[in-house]
Amino acid sequence: MYEFDWSSIPGSLPLLAKGMGVSLEITFTAIVVGIVWGTLLAMMRLSSVKPLAWFAAGYVNVFRAIPLVMVLLWFFLIVPNLLESLFGIPRGSDMRLGSAIAGFALFESAYYSEIIRAGIQSVPKGQMAAAKALGMSYGQAMRLVVLPQAFRNMVPLLLTQAIILFQDTSLVYVSALADFFGTAAKIGDRDGRLVEMLLFAGAVYFVLCFAVSQLVRYYQKKLKTA
Amino acid sequence: MITMNKVSKHYGSFQVLADCTTHVNKGEVVVVCGPSGSGKSTLIKCVNGLEPFQSGEITVNGVSVGDPQTNLSKLRAHVGMVFQNFELFPHMSIAQNLTIAQIKVLGRDKAEAEVKGMQLLDRVGLRAQALKYPGQLSGGQQQRVAIARALAMDPICMLFDEPTSALDPEMINEVLDVMTELAQEGMTMMCVTHEMGFAKRVAHRVVFMDHGRIVEDDHKDAFFANPSSERAQQFLAKILQH
Ligand SMILES: Nc1ncnc2c1ncn2[C@@H]1O[C@H](COP(=O)(O)OP(=O)(O)OP(=O)(O)O)[C@@H](O)[C@H]1O
Ligand SMILES: [Mg+2]
Repeated sequence: MYEFDWSSIPGSLPLLAKGMGVSLEITFTAIVVGIVWGTLLAMMRLSSVKPLAWFAAGYVNVFRAIPLVMVLLWFFLIVPNLLESLFGIPRGSDMRLGSAIAGFALFESAYYSEIIRAGIQSVPKGQMAAAKALGMSYGQAMRLVVLPQAFRNMVPLLLTQAIILFQDTSLVYVSALADFFGTAAKIGDRDGRLVEMLLFAGAVYFVLCFAVSQLVRYYQKKLKTA
Repeated sequence: MITMNKVSKHYGSFQVLADCTTHVNKGEVVVVCGPSGSGKSTLIKCVNGLEPFQSGEITVNGVSVGDPQTNLSKLRAHVGMVFQNFELFPHMSIAQNLTIAQIKVLGRDKAEAEVKGMQLLDRVGLRAQALKYPGQLSGGQQQRVAIARALAMDPICMLFDEPTSALDPEMINEVLDVMTELAQEGMTMMCVTHEMGFAKRVAHRVVFMDHGRIVEDDHKDAFFANPSSERAQQFLAKILQH
């Protein structure tokens, strides 16, 4: 019978917290970039300028057809080389966090853009017409009238995608980056307590993700009654 | 004020508007009616360029709508439009609905826009609702706010696209009353509506459309007394029964 021994956890909390910091940093940066770039992609896709629409559609389809791990690995392998040849940044510097963030952000943008596109299309056409009829430019009508309503409808989906993104950050283990999951695994290995460490890490992921998904449900209920 | 000369529009091979020619003089009220799908909404949306058209010419206050050089936003800022489904902005309070375009489009400062907005709310009898959101108002109230919102831009003319057809019967009159008052003050108006009582009381001319064509364009008395086309006769007979 396996004897559980949790004693190595309290001492490792500072390191684990640091790992959590890395996971959250990747998550938040990817969310922010993903929403901004995703919004632009969505607007391109809905634009009547065909090349823009094609570009956005191609971007989304490519990223949605490739496994995330591969994108991360490519970024891990390619971005440092690229930066070196473009900006002369020496190879030695640690680019793992930067390239992981870039990989996530560009990958997630494809998913966010689809959510945002659906959100924009969920706003009745008459709203754009009414905004234009008041003399607003297309940009003003989008910014002041259509997007605020689109985002209000999209918050649950965006948050749900954020949960998925947060869980997916554990994939950065391919670049040996010390995120929460990676740190937990490393400490577990070191102390010979891998099972306990991974159970603990799983519990932390569960609590955080469950809390956010409850928030989503609460918000959805509020949306429905509003 | 508004002139249309041989305006045509098609979606693919489907002709929505065919050689439509008419005009609205300053201070005139013109009612546009006709069966469903005859192109009334399309016609009125061409006036402020919300719908593009392929041939013909429309001018508003001397400015050509179809000319690619024309700044359509600038033109629309002074052409009020009221929609069948109100189209108030649901994420903004009534007060914000009334001020947003004044501030962002006309560049008025906030205080000035608010004063103007409140004056117009007062005028449509809804001053007390300023802090509510559109979803909290009845259809009739929302449509009156929509009219006030258009008026806040100091329009040189107003376009109405079936402003009462989404309303419960008991709310129709409160909206028609506001429109009647506007007309009596000399506002230039082009109204798509099936409210023939309103047309009889307020309109100067009636335009009747069928299959994308303007079939009748007549002084209202002539139109109601003896419409020249059979189609209009049938239409009137049907609608006046109600
Ligand atoms: N985007 C579009 N593509 C193709 N056909 C269209 C489009 N918009 C409108 N139509 C067609 O054009 C015709 C005229 O439409 P319009 O909305 O102007 O009619 P209407 O007279 O306002 O009718 P209603 O009384 O139902 O409002 C209709 O037959 C409609 O199906
Ligand atoms: Mg219509």
